[in-house]
Amino acid sequence: MEDISTGMMSRRDLLGAAAGVALISLVPVPADATPDDVKKWVGAAIPGPYQSGKVTISAPPIAENGNTVPIGISVDSPMTDQNYVKTIAVAADGNPLPGVAVIHLSPANGQANVNFRIRLAQTQTITAVAQMSDGTAYAATQLIKVTIGGCGG
Amino acid sequence: MAAVADTISNVQSRLLVPSTATKNQVITIKTLIQHPMYSGFTKDSSGKTIAREIIHSFTCTFNGQPVFAMDLNPAISANPFIEFPVKVDQSGTFEFTWVDDNGATYKNQAQITVS
Amino acid sequence: MRFLRLIVVAGVALALALVLPHAVVSQSAYPELSSQLSAYSHGSEKSGFLYLDPQTKTMETDDFSNPGFLWIDAAAKLWSTPDGTAGKSCESCHGAPSSMKGVGAKYPMYDVATHNIIDLEQRINMERVNRMGAAPYKWEAKDLVALTAFVKLQSRGMPVAVDASGPAHSFWLDGKKIYETRRGQLDMSCEECHVQFADHKLRSDVLSQGQTNGFPLYRLDWQSLGSVQKRFKGCMENVRAKPFEFGSQEMVDLELYVASRGNGLPVETPAVRK
Repeated sequence: MEDISTGMMSRRDLLGAAAGVALISLVPVPADATPDDVKKWVGAAIPGPYQSGKVTISAPPIAENGNTVPIGISVDSPMTDQNYVKTIAVAADGNPLPGVAVIHLSPANGQANVNFRIRLAQTQTITAVAQMSDGTAYAATQLIKVTIGGCGG
Repeated sequence: MAAVADTISNVQSRLLVPSTATKNQVITIKTLIQHPMYSGFTKDSSGKTIAREIIHSFTCTFNGQPVFAMDLNPAISANPFIEFPVKVDQSGTFEFTWVDDNGATYKNQAQITVS
Repeated sequence: MRFLRLIVVAGVALALALVLPHAVVSQSAYPELSSQLSAYSHGSEKSGFLYLDPQTKTMETDDFSNPGFLWIDAAAKLWSTPDGTAGKSCESCHGAPSSMKGVGAKYPMYDVATHNIIDLEQRINMERVNRMGAAPYKWEAKDLVALTAFVKLQSRGMPVAVDASGPAHSFWLDGKKIYETRRGQLDMSCEECHVQFADHKLRSDVLSQGQTNGFPLYRLDWQSLGSVQKRFKGCMENVRAKPFEFGSQEMVDLELYVASRGNGLPVETPAVRK
């Protein structure tokens, strides 16, 4: 990184202060969800216990922009009549509300994967839980970093 | 009244569905619909909170049978994009339905020939 | 009164649920975007495309899932929909959309009739008023942004070819001056970020050259398609300056100057940016 002249330095400090102001006006939400809220919401959609494995979350480690983050959920399953994924619940622990989506699948899908785009209000952890046809449930999490744009916009 | 009508009449949706497939092939369907998905957490330029208005449900049927459904929350981005697989074993028609908080339903459909 | 309103809304909702515009996309009918990264630069000029994450690049180059195409679909219908007292549509005079090939790449340009430079939005509105007897669209109206993008899309892949010589030159010089003038509480100019400090980090962002070859574009932050002047407004607000008004002389002068900086870059409309 290049050295920045003293002239720019004071502007950078000002930028930091200005960004603080920008942050407040951009995120006018009263309270954010917490990991406990996620537990409650997921538990209501798909009761535990949750095993690890089988569920993969594909998401960028750093979001280009928190308003539109492409994510993919895939579950390792043969999707036969005897063994398939019934439900996938997706939650976020740093948004105003914990629930993101609930997806309903059946053997008619042939594979268990879905791609969509979500909003993330700040850096937070996404949780995806898959409920199998035999009642077992698997969970995975992924941290996604969300940064404010360089000029606060 | 007029505001609601404008929103509805301007809703565009797009589908990407293969027109042909072989029996038991797993195809990928992509859908995109134009909708601001007001989360209820944003404010307009005068500082007033914009009321929540999202598409909260998306379903796909094939020849009348449900093959995919998704419940959407405000955390889904505007202009919702949803991509999912379907295993096709016969020719027929996919029907797509999006349901808006304001009660409107948006529909689209596509045909596929399976040999 | 409220009950009546509910009935009307329900009736409208029911009626319109059946007649919504929709598209089933089987293949792209529009000019292709290159998959070669080298196509997104021209000499020392670099398109904003090169500063994107891989997922966002894919969002732009996949014509199906690029959200900007929702506006393009709407504009494709507008193109052949008569509007105004003359009962004409764009199609009535211009024929197929492909007749616009090469046109979008040249804007903003000098307009002999008004002795001024105009951008594509202004041209579209002039045609509506003068030839269609239709009211001009308001700035940033959905239909105007969509139609502007639709016309520019017909030039996709072609090099930006803004002519800043001859009668356009004095306006270009005005635009250059605006570009290089510090403004706002943060006392910054476009030139500082986009020329002096292009490719440097501004906190966690890497500053681009601020090229406009992809406008109107789908900005993830806006979650909608927006015009270049909307972006200029945003930038000015970011340095805590009072933004120029949409359609003002300063805005179009600046648009001309910034567009010319990208001469040779491919038209990417509708691009996707953060």
